[in-house]
Amino acid sequence: MAGTQLSLATHLVRLESETDFDGWRDAARRLATNDVTPQDVAWRVEPDADRRDGDLPACSPDSRLVVPREFIERAERTICHSDPERFGFLYRLLWRLRAEPKLLSIASDPDIRRLETMEKAVGRDIHKMRAFLRFRKIGAGEGERYVAWFEPDHFIVERNADFFVRRFTGMRWTILTPHASADWDGERLAIGPGAAKRDAPAEDDTETLWQTYFGSIFNPARLKVKAMQKEMPKKYWRNLPEASLIPDLIAGADRATSAMIARMPTTPAPHHAKVQARHWPTPRPAEADDIESVDTIPALREMAKSCHRCPLWRDATQTVFGEGPENAEVIFVGEQPGDQEDLAGKPFVGPAGKVFDGILEHAEIDRAKVYVTNAVKHFKFEPRGKRRIHSKPNAGEVQACRWWLDKELDLVKPKLVVALGATAALSLLGKAVPITRMRGQVIERDDGLRVFLTIHPSFILRIREQEDKEAERERFLGDMRTVRRLMAA
Amino acid sequence: MSVLSIREKLAILSDAAKYDASCASSGSIKRDSLKSRGIGSTEGSGICHSYAPDGRCISLLKILLTNFCIYDCSYCINRSSSNVRRARFGVDEVVKLTMDFYRRNYIEGLFLSSGVIRSPDETMGEMVEVTRRLRLEEKFGGYIHLKTIPEASAGLIEMAGLYADRLSINVELPTDEGVKKLAPEKKPETIRLSMAKLRRKIEEKAEPTLQSRKRERFSPGGQSTQMIVGADKTSDDGILRASARLYGSYHLRRVYYSAFSPIPDSSSALPLLKPPLMREHRLYQADWLMRFYGFSQPEILAGSNDGMLDLAIDPKLAWALRNRGRFPVDVNRAEREALLRVPGLGTKVIDRILETRRYRRLRLEDVGRLCHSVAKVRPFITAEGWSPGALTDKAGLREVVTRSCEQLSLF
Repeated sequence: MAGTQLSLATHLVRLESETDFDGWRDAARRLATNDVTPQDVAWRVEPDADRRDGDLPACSPDSRLVVPREFIERAERTICHSDPERFGFLYRLLWRLRAEPKLLSIASDPDIRRLETMEKAVGRDIHKMRAFLRFRKIGAGEGERYVAWFEPDHFIVERNADFFVRRFTGMRWTILTPHASADWDGERLAIGPGAAKRDAPAEDDTETLWQTYFGSIFNPARLKVKAMQKEMPKKYWRNLPEASLIPDLIAGADRATSAMIARMPTTPAPHHAKVQARHWPTPRPAEADDIESVDTIPALREMAKSCHRCPLWRDATQTVFGEGPENAEVIFVGEQPGDQEDLAGKPFVGPAGKVFDGILEHAEIDRAKVYVTNAVKHFKFEPRGKRRIHSKPNAGEVQACRWWLDKELDLVKPKLVVALGATAALSLLGKAVPITRMRGQVIERDDGLRVFLTIHPSFILRIREQEDKEAERERFLGDMRTVRRLMAA
Repeated sequence: MSVLSIREKLAILSDAAKYDASCASSGSIKRDSLKSRGIGSTEGSGICHSYAPDGRCISLLKILLTNFCIYDCSYCINRSSSNVRRARFGVDEVVKLTMDFYRRNYIEGLFLSSGVIRSPDETMGEMVEVTRRLRLEEKFGGYIHLKTIPEASAGLIEMAGLYADRLSINVELPTDEGVKKLAPEKKPETIRLSMAKLRRKIEEKAEPTLQSRKRERFSPGGQSTQMIVGADKTSDDGILRASARLYGSYHLRRVYYSAFSPIPDSSSALPLLKPPLMREHRLYQADWLMRFYGFSQPEILAGSNDGMLDLAIDPKLAWALRNRGRFPVDVNRAEREALLRVPGLGTKVIDRILETRRYRRLRLEDVGRLCHSVAKVRPFITAEGWSPGALTDKAGLREVVTRSCEQLSLF
């Protein structure tokens, strides 16, 4: 096939090397601008040719050749492929691109499929070289250097050398392959001719340690030889110091696993009892929920840490208990902690908390003098990717957590409680109330506690229209001013 | 105790580390040694430098600083009651091993974990010292993954984040009850709090500072965790629920599932069986569906009988067979979200379908050229000149698809 092409071709391109992309690009430009069809070109690598461009026409000044930048990059990669027909193939793609500028986006086109396959092969080869190349150290002190022998499938040494420079900058190294070699002296990279395996050192003492590691990190109970070979095909094994262990590891795996399974559990190691006694003294019997004996907020908070009164503790990070002075005149009760509160363990520190703080300051209520808490003390949410979507606590959860809120009210004995939103109102009043209709009102409970009703500050955050948002903020500020007056009264 | 050689210590302390599933060296920032004139780089995606016959990638030098441990977790080979041989590396030895291996291109970096001796801070302090020495004295630019001890002090965690690419804390088991039973000294609530603190720290450091307007470095590869599968009775649905919670709550980069493996000198508290490798594989596939395919966690197993993933077919195919009403999907018109639900179409293939269909209508052959197995895709799509007709709702579709996939693999 190649022979027939050659005899019919009217133009012969002589490239300087297997990876002579500049030569290919120059020739392709000349040929394409002169409308030379792909069938009329033969490509050859002739490192010692006298004249490169003798029989190629000069670029035609009348014809402009524009190709997407993407093509140049992909061609540059593909030229490293070992397929001898790649030069002609790439020229054919260039030729087609003139008439079909969107060709590269047609992933189902057979030529594009082939391009992708070749690129992938080159990419994989580059990746495997980075993975499976092994340096051996020779010399010491000033004369220390690291030498590797590697056998890639494609012409990738030049393209891959920079990676090794970036990674092993502080080391002097040489990479030898059959096609080319790369040498870094700590300052400068030099690409040289190919070499043979015998040019590389035959051993390195550290390989024994590496083999020890390879053998020990392997878990014989999980033998999956195919999976290993898929990623590390046998062709690489001859240059991998650890690969010589593989047959024995496989052969011994079943025996090792059966032995592990068969072996009866032994009696605890001699030092175990001492460790247990020293580090894990028998825990005190768990204290009953003896709420009567708890008479300070810190003690109550401590107790709430292990609250399992409803199932919300399962998904949350921690109990977020109330905060503020124990003699506060007013308690603000929100709904439940949100994402930020759950992480920080403090109420009202997230976005709604910031709005709340801002408005409180505006209303001249000293945040440090009020007690803030939530009707429900664990965050209830649905995970959605990297976010947690707030879910409304149900009546049962509110009821379960009321136990804590009641105790907080008992200990702080506020003059006034502010219910922020419907859940807080439900918890404080024991029944659902229409917040939007009743906001701004004070309801007196049977026990004499006065409850001021308003919205939850997160409601302001949810309003999209800027104007409406401002209006709602003003209304909430008004409510807070009322609260301040009620506090003073 | 006789003095152990480096080689003996390495054998003991890598054997002790092999039950940790993660070996990833990806997800960090780009970094090279051109300026520092040191050794090491990270370029985004990790490199697997070798593969053990268990099919697992060897990317990092994964070792324990010591396998002495005051905890007695029944699934762990290093628990205090175990009769395993014990060893302890010195800081110098770990630094030297890491550099010697890295210079020979055996590894991408270090994954350092440890049993807890005496106190969490003492152990964590030594681990941090290893990373500090590597970064500052050896000018090491490779990857470092540190397993963090939940009870360690904030100052040590801060330093760990400065030098390491990734930090992780193991949740150990999918439920708190499981942890209480099998790892009685570990506290699930402390583990959660540590993860929450890490997330806050990572987010805080991701903001530019006020003075320099630069971002401070802190665990650029984020945090990850691992849970053991099959040591307790949690169903797959329960495991995935735990994962979804962890991803959402602590922004983990990865949750690793580690099939419980029999260990030498195991505890009588545990099943002595071969590790459930297929189950582990299906869990990873389901995890991928949540992270890259737009599936919510409850959807994945909705409608299944026992909350367990089907071991015979992949979770997306299983889902599609249970939700046939959503098919066929038109490859020439459907949104990306709908294409992501089609069995046999991966994210990359879908990107190419979306790109290609801007210029031409796709026929079934075209889809066949783009994807791995058209036999799997065929019943669930329409294309130019192709409609699956009654195939989508056929009673024996599961068998048809699995059989044609098997035949394909014979080629």
